[in-house]
Amino acid sequence: MLSVAERTAAELPRRRAWLAAASVPDPEVPCVTVADLGILRSVDIVDGVAVAKVTPTYSGCPAVLAIELAVEAALRDAGFEARVERVISPAWTTDWITDEGREKLRAYGIAPPRKTSSSIRSLFGEDEVACPKCGSADTEKLSEFGSTACKAHWRCNACREPFDYFKCI
Amino acid sequence: MAGVERRTLLAFLLRLADDHLILGHRLSEWCGHAPMLEEDLAMPNMALDLIGQARALYQYAAEVEGKGRTEDDFAYLRREREYTNCMMVERPNGDFAHTILRQLYFAAFMEPMWKGMLASSDEHLAGIAAKAVKEVAYHLRHAGEWVIRLGDGTEESAWRMREAVASLAPYVEELFETDEVTREIAAGGVASDPPSTRPAFDAILRPIFAEAGLEQVDVAHPKTGGRKGIHAEAMGFLLADLQFMQRAYPGMVW
Repeated sequence: MLSVAERTAAELPRRRAWLAAASVPDPEVPCVTVADLGILRSVDIVDGVAVAKVTPTYSGCPAVLAIELAVEAALRDAGFEARVERVISPAWTTDWITDEGREKLRAYGIAPPRKTSSSIRSLFGEDEVACPKCGSADTEKLSEFGSTACKAHWRCNACREPFDYFKCI
Repeated sequence: MAGVERRTLLAFLLRLADDHLILGHRLSEWCGHAPMLEEDLAMPNMALDLIGQARALYQYAAEVEGKGRTEDDFAYLRREREYTNCMMVERPNGDFAHTILRQLYFAAFMEPMWKGMLASSDEHLAGIAAKAVKEVAYHLRHAGEWVIRLGDGTEESAWRMREAVASLAPYVEELFETDEVTREIAAGGVASDPPSTRPAFDAILRPIFAEAGLEQVDVAHPKTGGRKGIHAEAMGFLLADLQFMQRAYPGMVW
Protein backbone atom coordinates (compact mmCIF):
# COMPACT_ATOMS: atom_id res chain seq x y z
CA MET A 1 0.00 0.00 0.00
CA LEU A 2 1.24 3.46 -0.87
CA SER A 3 1.81 5.94 1.90
CA VAL A 4 0.06 9.29 1.83
CA ALA A 5 3.29 10.95 0.82
CA GLU A 6 3.80 8.50 -2.03
CA ARG A 7 0.25 8.94 -3.27
CA THR A 8 0.58 12.72 -3.14
CA ALA A 9 3.84 12.53 -5.03
CA ALA A 10 2.14 10.51 -7.75
CA GLU A 11 -0.90 12.75 -7.81
CA LEU A 12 0.88 16.10 -7.96
CA PRO A 13 2.25 15.90 -11.53
CA ARG A 14 -1.13 14.71 -12.78
CA ARG A 15 -2.82 17.61 -11.05
CA ARG A 16 -0.27 20.07 -12.43
CA ALA A 17 -0.71 18.68 -15.95
CA TRP A 18 -4.49 18.95 -15.65
CA LEU A 19 -4.29 22.58 -14.58
CA ALA A 20 -1.98 23.41 -17.50
CA ALA A 21 -4.24 21.72 -20.06
CA ALA A 22 -7.44 23.00 -18.47
CA SER A 23 -6.37 26.63 -18.83
CA VAL A 24 -6.39 26.49 -22.65
CA PRO A 25 -9.14 28.76 -24.03
CA ASP A 26 -11.50 27.65 -26.79
CA PRO A 27 -10.20 29.29 -30.00
CA GLU A 28 -13.66 30.29 -31.20
CA VAL A 29 -15.24 31.15 -27.85
CA PRO A 30 -12.19 32.42 -25.93
CA CYS A 31 -14.18 33.37 -22.81
CA VAL A 32 -14.32 29.70 -21.82
CA THR A 33 -11.62 27.09 -21.40
CA VAL A 34 -11.56 23.55 -22.74
CA ALA A 35 -12.31 22.39 -19.18
CA ASP A 36 -15.33 24.73 -18.88
CA LEU A 37 -16.71 23.25 -22.09
CA GLY A 38 -16.13 19.69 -20.95
CA ILE A 39 -14.10 18.82 -24.04
CA LEU A 40 -10.96 18.09 -22.01
CA ARG A 41 -11.91 14.65 -20.73
CA SER A 42 -8.88 13.67 -18.70
CA VAL A 43 -5.16 14.14 -18.22
CA ASP A 44 -3.05 11.23 -17.02
CA ILE A 45 0.63 10.62 -16.65
CA VAL A 46 1.48 7.46 -18.58
CA ASP A 47 5.13 6.33 -18.44
CA GLY A 48 6.20 9.88 -17.77
CA VAL A 49 4.17 11.32 -20.65
CA ALA A 50 1.20 13.61 -20.02
CA VAL A 51 -1.69 12.17 -22.04
CA ALA A 52 -4.66 14.49 -22.54
CA LYS A 53 -7.94 13.12 -23.87
CA VAL A 54 -9.98 15.60 -25.89
CA THR A 55 -13.40 15.14 -27.49
CA PRO A 56 -14.78 17.22 -30.37
CA THR A 57 -18.02 19.19 -30.02
CA TYR A 58 -19.46 18.99 -33.53
CA SER A 59 -18.21 16.47 -36.10
CA GLY A 60 -17.06 19.26 -38.35
CA CYS A 61 -15.81 21.64 -35.69
CA PRO A 62 -12.78 23.28 -37.34
CA ALA A 63 -11.42 24.17 -33.91
CA VAL A 64 -10.68 20.57 -32.94
CA LEU A 65 -7.18 20.53 -34.39
CA ALA A 66 -6.37 23.98 -32.98
CA ILE A 67 -7.53 22.84 -29.55
CA GLU A 68 -5.44 19.67 -29.67
CA LEU A 69 -2.33 21.62 -30.65
CA ALA A 70 -2.96 24.23 -27.95
CA VAL A 71 -3.43 21.59 -25.25
CA GLU A 72 -0.23 19.84 -26.30
CA ALA A 73 1.65 23.16 -26.29
CA ALA A 74 0.30 24.06 -22.84
CA LEU A 75 1.48 20.71 -21.44
CA ARG A 76 4.94 21.17 -22.99
CA ASP A 77 5.14 24.70 -21.60
CA ALA A 78 4.45 23.23 -18.18
CA GLY A 79 7.46 20.97 -18.65
CA PHE A 80 5.78 17.73 -19.67
CA GLU A 81 6.35 15.41 -22.54
CA ALA A 82 2.87 15.46 -24.01
CA ARG A 83 0.46 13.57 -26.21
CA VAL A 84 -3.14 14.38 -27.10
CA GLU A 85 -5.67 11.67 -27.91
CA ARG A 86 -9.03 12.25 -29.53
CA VAL A 87 -11.93 10.30 -28.05
CA ILE A 88 -15.33 10.27 -29.73
CA SER A 89 -17.25 7.91 -27.49
CA PRO A 90 -19.22 8.76 -25.43
CA ALA A 91 -20.20 11.70 -27.60
CA TRP A 92 -19.89 15.19 -26.16
CA THR A 93 -23.10 16.92 -25.21
CA THR A 94 -23.71 20.48 -24.12
CA ASP A 95 -24.64 19.06 -20.69
CA TRP A 96 -20.91 18.70 -20.07
CA ILE A 97 -20.45 22.47 -20.05
CA THR A 98 -19.85 23.35 -16.41
CA ASP A 99 -22.02 25.82 -14.48
CA GLU A 100 -19.06 28.16 -14.37
CA GLY A 101 -18.69 27.80 -18.15
CA ARG A 102 -22.36 28.63 -18.64
CA GLU A 103 -22.01 31.78 -16.55
CA LYS A 104 -18.93 32.82 -18.54
CA LEU A 105 -20.81 32.31 -21.80
CA ARG A 106 -23.70 34.45 -20.60
CA ALA A 107 -21.36 37.21 -19.46
CA TYR A 108 -19.70 37.07 -22.89
CA GLY A 109 -23.07 37.61 -24.61
CA ILE A 110 -23.79 34.02 -25.68
CA ALA A 111 -26.96 32.42 -24.34
CA PRO A 112 -25.83 29.11 -22.83
CA PRO A 113 -27.52 25.86 -23.85
CA ARG A 114 -30.20 24.48 -21.58
CA LYS A 115 -29.33 21.49 -19.43
CA THR A 116 -30.48 17.90 -19.89
CA SER A 117 -30.24 18.26 -23.62
CA SER A 118 -29.23 14.73 -24.48
CA SER A 119 -32.39 13.74 -26.28
CA ILE A 120 -33.23 14.73 -29.82
CA ARG A 121 -36.53 16.14 -28.62
CA SER A 122 -34.97 18.67 -26.31
CA LEU A 123 -32.63 19.61 -29.14
CA PHE A 124 -35.64 21.38 -30.60
CA GLY A 125 -37.21 22.51 -27.32
CA GLU A 126 -35.59 25.90 -27.56
CA ASP A 127 -38.74 27.86 -26.95
CA GLU A 128 -37.33 29.62 -23.91
CA VAL A 129 -33.96 31.18 -24.51
CA ALA A 130 -33.25 34.09 -22.19
CA CYS A 131 -31.46 37.11 -23.63
CA PRO A 132 -27.88 37.07 -22.29
CA LYS A 133 -27.85 40.87 -22.17
CA CYS A 134 -31.11 41.92 -20.48
CA GLY A 135 -32.41 38.55 -19.28
CA SER A 136 -35.76 38.86 -21.05
CA ALA A 137 -37.45 35.63 -22.14
CA ASP A 138 -39.11 37.48 -25.02
CA THR A 139 -36.70 36.34 -27.72
CA GLU A 140 -36.97 34.90 -31.22
CA LYS A 141 -34.86 32.72 -33.44
CA LEU A 142 -33.49 34.42 -36.55
CA SER A 143 -31.52 31.54 -37.97
CA GLU A 144 -30.94 27.90 -37.11
CA PHE A 145 -27.29 28.36 -38.04
CA GLY A 146 -25.08 31.08 -36.61
CA SER A 147 -21.52 32.31 -36.72
CA THR A 148 -20.04 28.91 -35.85
CA ALA A 149 -21.29 25.33 -36.12
CA CYS A 150 -22.25 25.27 -32.44
CA LYS A 151 -24.38 28.40 -32.40
CA ALA A 152 -27.76 29.63 -33.63
CA HIS A 153 -28.66 33.26 -34.22
CA TRP A 154 -31.37 34.84 -32.03
CA ARG A 155 -32.77 38.28 -31.26
CA CYS A 156 -34.18 39.79 -28.08
CA ASN A 157 -37.54 41.50 -28.56
CA ALA A 158 -37.15 43.46 -25.33
CA CYS A 159 -33.75 45.10 -25.80
CA ARG A 160 -33.63 44.45 -29.58
CA GLU A 161 -30.10 43.07 -29.38
CA PRO A 162 -29.17 40.13 -31.60
CA PHE A 163 -27.26 37.38 -29.81
CA ASP A 164 -25.75 33.93 -30.30
CA TYR A 165 -27.35 30.90 -28.69
CA PHE A 166 -25.16 27.88 -27.97
CA LYS A 167 -27.20 25.04 -29.46
CA CYS A 168 -28.18 22.11 -27.27
CA ILE A 169 -26.81 18.86 -28.55
CA MET B 1 -14.19 -4.33 -34.41
CA ALA B 2 -17.53 -5.89 -35.20
CA GLY B 3 -18.24 -9.40 -36.38
CA VAL B 4 -17.90 -8.71 -40.08
CA GLU B 5 -14.99 -9.12 -42.42
CA ARG B 6 -12.55 -6.26 -42.54
CA ARG B 7 -13.04 -5.58 -46.25
CA THR B 8 -16.83 -5.56 -45.86
CA LEU B 9 -16.66 -3.04 -43.05
CA LEU B 10 -14.18 -0.98 -45.07
CA ALA B 11 -16.46 -0.97 -48.12
CA PHE B 12 -19.41 0.12 -46.01
CA LEU B 13 -17.47 2.88 -44.26
CA LEU B 14 -16.20 4.25 -47.56
CA ARG B 15 -19.70 4.37 -49.06
CA LEU B 16 -20.94 6.35 -46.09
CA ALA B 17 -17.89 8.59 -46.01
CA ASP B 18 -18.05 9.26 -49.76
CA ASP B 19 -21.75 10.19 -49.54
CA HIS B 20 -20.94 12.74 -46.85
CA LEU B 21 -17.80 14.14 -48.46
CA ILE B 22 -19.37 14.65 -51.87
CA LEU B 23 -22.57 16.19 -50.53
CA GLY B 24 -20.52 18.38 -48.20
CA HIS B 25 -18.46 19.55 -51.17
CA ARG B 26 -21.60 20.32 -53.17
CA LEU B 27 -23.07 22.33 -50.28
CA SER B 28 -19.85 24.26 -49.83
CA GLU B 29 -20.28 25.52 -53.41
CA TRP B 30 -23.15 27.67 -52.09
CA CYS B 31 -20.84 29.64 -49.82
CA GLY B 32 -21.23 33.28 -50.87
CA HIS B 33 -24.04 32.47 -53.32
CA ALA B 34 -27.06 31.63 -51.18
CA PRO B 35 -30.23 33.68 -51.65
CA MET B 36 -30.05 35.26 -48.18
CA LEU B 37 -27.51 35.75 -45.42
CA GLU B 38 -29.03 33.18 -43.06
CA GLU B 39 -28.80 30.53 -45.78
CA ASP B 40 -25.31 31.64 -46.63
CA LEU B 41 -24.43 30.68 -43.05
CA ALA B 42 -26.58 27.55 -43.03
CA MET B 43 -25.10 25.97 -46.16
CA PRO B 44 -21.42 26.03 -45.10
CA ASN B 45 -22.47 25.07 -41.56
CA MET B 46 -24.14 21.93 -42.85
CA ALA B 47 -21.24 21.34 -45.24
CA LEU B 48 -18.95 21.40 -42.20
CA ASP B 49 -21.13 18.86 -40.41
CA LEU B 50 -21.08 16.56 -43.43
CA ILE B 51 -17.35 16.88 -44.05
CA GLY B 52 -16.72 16.38 -40.33
CA GLN B 53 -18.75 13.18 -40.42
CA ALA B 54 -16.86 12.12 -43.55
CA ARG B 55 -13.54 12.75 -41.79
CA ALA B 56 -14.51 10.63 -38.79
CA LEU B 57 -15.55 7.83 -41.17
CA TYR B 58 -12.41 8.08 -43.32
CA GLN B 59 -10.19 8.08 -40.24
CA TYR B 60 -11.89 4.94 -39.03
CA ALA B 61 -11.73 3.40 -42.52
CA ALA B 62 -7.98 4.06 -42.58
CA GLU B 63 -7.65 2.31 -39.23
CA VAL B 64 -9.77 -0.65 -40.38
CA GLU B 65 -7.80 -0.98 -43.61
CA GLY B 66 -4.52 -0.79 -41.71
CA LYS B 67 -2.34 -0.11 -44.74
CA GLY B 68 -1.08 3.29 -43.73
CA ARG B 69 -3.51 5.29 -45.86
CA THR B 70 -4.87 8.45 -44.23
CA GLU B 71 -8.18 10.30 -44.41
CA ASP B 72 -6.62 12.62 -46.98
CA ASP B 73 -5.58 9.71 -49.20
CA PHE B 74 -9.19 8.55 -49.26
CA ALA B 75 -10.66 11.99 -49.80
CA TYR B 76 -8.20 13.39 -52.34
CA LEU B 77 -6.14 10.67 -53.96
CA ARG B 78 -8.54 8.11 -55.35
CA ARG B 79 -9.81 7.88 -58.90
CA GLU B 80 -13.41 8.49 -59.81
CA ARG B 81 -14.22 4.78 -60.07
CA GLU B 82 -13.00 4.24 -56.49
CA TYR B 83 -15.59 6.62 -55.00
CA THR B 84 -18.71 4.68 -54.03
CA ASN B 85 -21.10 7.50 -53.12
CA CYS B 86 -24.68 7.33 -54.31
CA MET B 87 -25.38 9.35 -57.43
CA MET B 88 -27.81 11.74 -55.76
CA VAL B 89 -25.12 13.54 -53.77
CA GLU B 90 -23.01 14.27 -56.85
CA ARG B 91 -25.88 15.98 -58.72
CA PRO B 92 -25.05 19.59 -59.55
CA ASN B 93 -26.67 22.03 -57.15
CA GLY B 94 -29.15 23.49 -59.62
CA ASP B 95 -31.31 26.16 -58.03
CA PHE B 96 -31.96 26.56 -54.29
CA ALA B 97 -35.11 24.37 -54.46
CA HIS B 98 -33.12 21.55 -56.04
CA THR B 99 -30.36 21.78 -53.42
CA ILE B 100 -32.82 21.88 -50.54
CA LEU B 101 -34.79 18.88 -51.80
CA ARG B 102 -31.56 16.90 -52.16
CA GLN B 103 -30.75 17.87 -48.56
CA LEU B 104 -34.15 16.66 -47.43
CA TYR B 105 -33.80 13.33 -49.23
CA PHE B 106 -30.33 12.66 -47.91
CA ALA B 107 -31.13 13.71 -44.32
CA ALA B 108 -34.32 11.61 -44.38
CA PHE B 109 -32.22 8.68 -45.61
CA MET B 110 -29.47 9.11 -43.01
CA GLU B 111 -31.61 9.87 -39.97
CA PRO B 112 -32.91 6.29 -39.57
CA MET B 113 -29.52 4.92 -40.65
CA TRP B 114 -27.66 6.88 -37.93
CA LYS B 115 -30.33 5.98 -35.38
CA GLY B 116 -29.77 2.32 -36.19
CA MET B 117 -26.02 2.75 -35.80
CA LEU B 118 -26.42 4.13 -32.27
CA ALA B 119 -26.81 0.49 -31.23
CA SER B 120 -24.15 -0.77 -33.63
CA SER B 121 -22.11 -3.81 -32.67
CA ASP B 122 -19.19 -1.63 -33.76
CA GLU B 123 -18.52 0.72 -30.86
CA HIS B 124 -16.49 3.19 -32.85
CA LEU B 125 -19.25 3.59 -35.41
CA ALA B 126 -21.79 4.01 -32.61
CA GLY B 127 -19.66 6.88 -31.30
CA ILE B 128 -19.68 8.61 -34.69
CA ALA B 129 -23.43 8.04 -34.94
CA ALA B 130 -24.08 9.56 -31.51
CA LYS B 131 -22.81 12.89 -32.80
CA ALA B 132 -24.19 12.64 -36.32
CA VAL B 133 -27.72 11.76 -35.25
CA LYS B 134 -28.08 15.14 -33.55
CA GLU B 135 -26.61 17.00 -36.49
CA VAL B 136 -28.80 15.28 -39.07
CA ALA B 137 -31.87 16.19 -37.00
CA TYR B 138 -31.00 19.84 -37.57
CA HIS B 139 -30.51 19.29 -41.29
CA LEU B 140 -33.81 17.49 -41.57
CA ARG B 141 -35.74 20.25 -39.88
CA HIS B 142 -34.02 22.95 -41.91
CA ALA B 143 -34.64 21.27 -45.27
CA GLY B 144 -38.19 20.24 -44.36
CA GLU B 145 -39.17 23.79 -43.47
CA TRP B 146 -37.79 25.10 -46.76
CA VAL B 147 -39.48 22.44 -48.90
CA ILE B 148 -42.82 23.36 -47.32
CA ARG B 149 -42.18 27.09 -47.63
CA LEU B 150 -41.22 26.85 -51.29
CA GLY B 151 -43.71 24.16 -52.33
CA ASP B 152 -46.54 26.08 -50.66
CA GLY B 153 -45.14 29.48 -51.65
CA THR B 154 -45.42 31.51 -54.84
CA GLU B 155 -46.29 30.17 -58.25
CA GLU B 156 -42.63 30.25 -59.20
CA SER B 157 -41.30 28.65 -56.01
CA ALA B 158 -43.90 25.86 -56.28
CA TRP B 159 -42.96 25.28 -59.90
CA ARG B 160 -39.28 25.12 -58.99
CA MET B 161 -40.00 22.60 -56.22
CA ARG B 162 -41.95 20.40 -58.64
CA GLU B 163 -39.08 20.60 -61.11
CA ALA B 164 -36.70 19.55 -58.32
CA VAL B 165 -38.87 16.54 -57.44
CA ALA B 166 -38.93 15.45 -61.09
CA SER B 167 -35.20 15.97 -61.45
CA LEU B 168 -34.15 14.05 -58.33
CA ALA B 169 -36.77 11.30 -58.37
CA PRO B 170 -34.59 8.91 -60.45
CA TYR B 171 -31.90 8.99 -57.73
CA VAL B 172 -34.02 8.01 -54.71
CA GLU B 173 -34.16 4.25 -55.33
CA GLU B 174 -30.39 3.88 -55.27
CA LEU B 175 -30.28 4.99 -51.63
CA PHE B 176 -32.15 1.84 -50.65
CA GLU B 177 -30.19 -0.66 -52.69
CA THR B 178 -29.05 -3.81 -50.99
CA ASP B 179 -26.10 -6.01 -51.88
CA GLU B 180 -23.60 -8.36 -50.23
CA VAL B 181 -21.96 -5.51 -48.33
CA THR B 182 -25.14 -4.07 -46.82
CA ARG B 183 -26.52 -7.52 -46.02
CA GLU B 184 -23.35 -8.65 -44.25
CA ILE B 185 -23.21 -5.35 -42.39
CA ALA B 186 -26.81 -5.85 -41.24
CA ALA B 187 -26.22 -9.48 -40.29
CA GLY B 188 -23.25 -8.42 -38.19
CA GLY B 189 -25.34 -5.84 -36.35
CA VAL B 190 -23.17 -2.97 -37.61
CA ALA B 191 -25.92 -1.00 -39.38
CA SER B 192 -29.36 -1.43 -40.91
CA ASP B 193 -29.76 -2.85 -44.38
CA PRO B 194 -30.99 0.24 -46.29
CA PRO B 195 -34.25 -1.34 -47.56
CA SER B 196 -35.36 -1.82 -43.95
CA THR B 197 -35.19 1.93 -43.35
CA ARG B 198 -37.40 2.80 -46.33
CA PRO B 199 -40.61 3.00 -44.23
CA ALA B 200 -38.95 5.49 -41.88
CA PHE B 201 -37.80 7.56 -44.88
CA ASP B 202 -41.32 7.55 -46.36
CA ALA B 203 -42.82 8.47 -42.99
CA ILE B 204 -40.54 11.51 -42.75
CA LEU B 205 -41.31 12.69 -46.28
CA ARG B 206 -45.07 12.07 -46.40
CA PRO B 207 -46.24 14.92 -44.12
CA ILE B 208 -43.68 17.33 -45.58
CA PHE B 209 -44.75 16.62 -49.15
CA ALA B 210 -48.43 16.85 -48.14
CA GLU B 211 -47.95 20.24 -46.52
CA ALA B 212 -45.83 21.47 -49.41
CA GLY B 213 -48.49 20.39 -51.92
CA LEU B 214 -45.99 18.17 -53.70
CA GLU B 215 -46.47 14.73 -55.15
CA GLN B 216 -43.97 11.95 -55.66
CA VAL B 217 -43.45 11.11 -59.30
CA ASP B 218 -43.14 7.64 -60.75
CA VAL B 219 -39.79 6.71 -62.16
CA ALA B 220 -39.57 4.24 -65.02
CA HIS B 221 -35.81 3.89 -64.97
CA PRO B 222 -34.09 4.66 -61.66
CA LYS B 223 -30.41 5.62 -61.90
CA THR B 224 -27.90 3.34 -60.27
CA GLY B 225 -24.20 2.61 -60.27
CA GLY B 226 -22.70 4.84 -57.59
CA ARG B 227 -22.06 2.03 -55.12
CA LYS B 228 -20.03 0.26 -57.82
CA GLY B 229 -18.08 3.42 -58.63
CA ILE B 230 -19.99 4.24 -61.78
CA HIS B 231 -20.86 7.92 -61.77
CA ALA B 232 -22.45 10.56 -63.95
CA GLU B 233 -20.55 13.21 -65.86
CA ALA B 234 -20.91 15.74 -63.03
CA MET B 235 -18.69 13.64 -60.75
CA GLY B 236 -15.56 14.17 -62.82
CA PHE B 237 -15.90 17.94 -62.69
CA LEU B 238 -16.59 17.80 -58.97
CA LEU B 239 -13.46 15.74 -58.32
CA ALA B 240 -11.35 18.03 -60.53
CA ASP B 241 -12.31 20.84 -58.16
CA LEU B 242 -12.12 18.80 -54.94
CA GLN B 243 -8.76 17.22 -55.76
CA PHE B 244 -7.13 20.20 -57.47
CA MET B 245 -4.74 21.10 -54.65
CA GLN B 246 -3.42 17.58 -54.07
CA ARG B 247 -3.08 16.90 -57.80
CA ALA B 248 -1.29 20.19 -58.47
CA TYR B 249 0.90 20.04 -55.35
CA PRO B 250 1.17 16.34 -54.42
CA GLY B 251 1.61 15.69 -50.72
CA MET B 252 0.89 19.28 -49.75
CA VAL B 253 -0.15 19.75 -46.12
CA TRP B 254 -1.55 22.76 -44.26
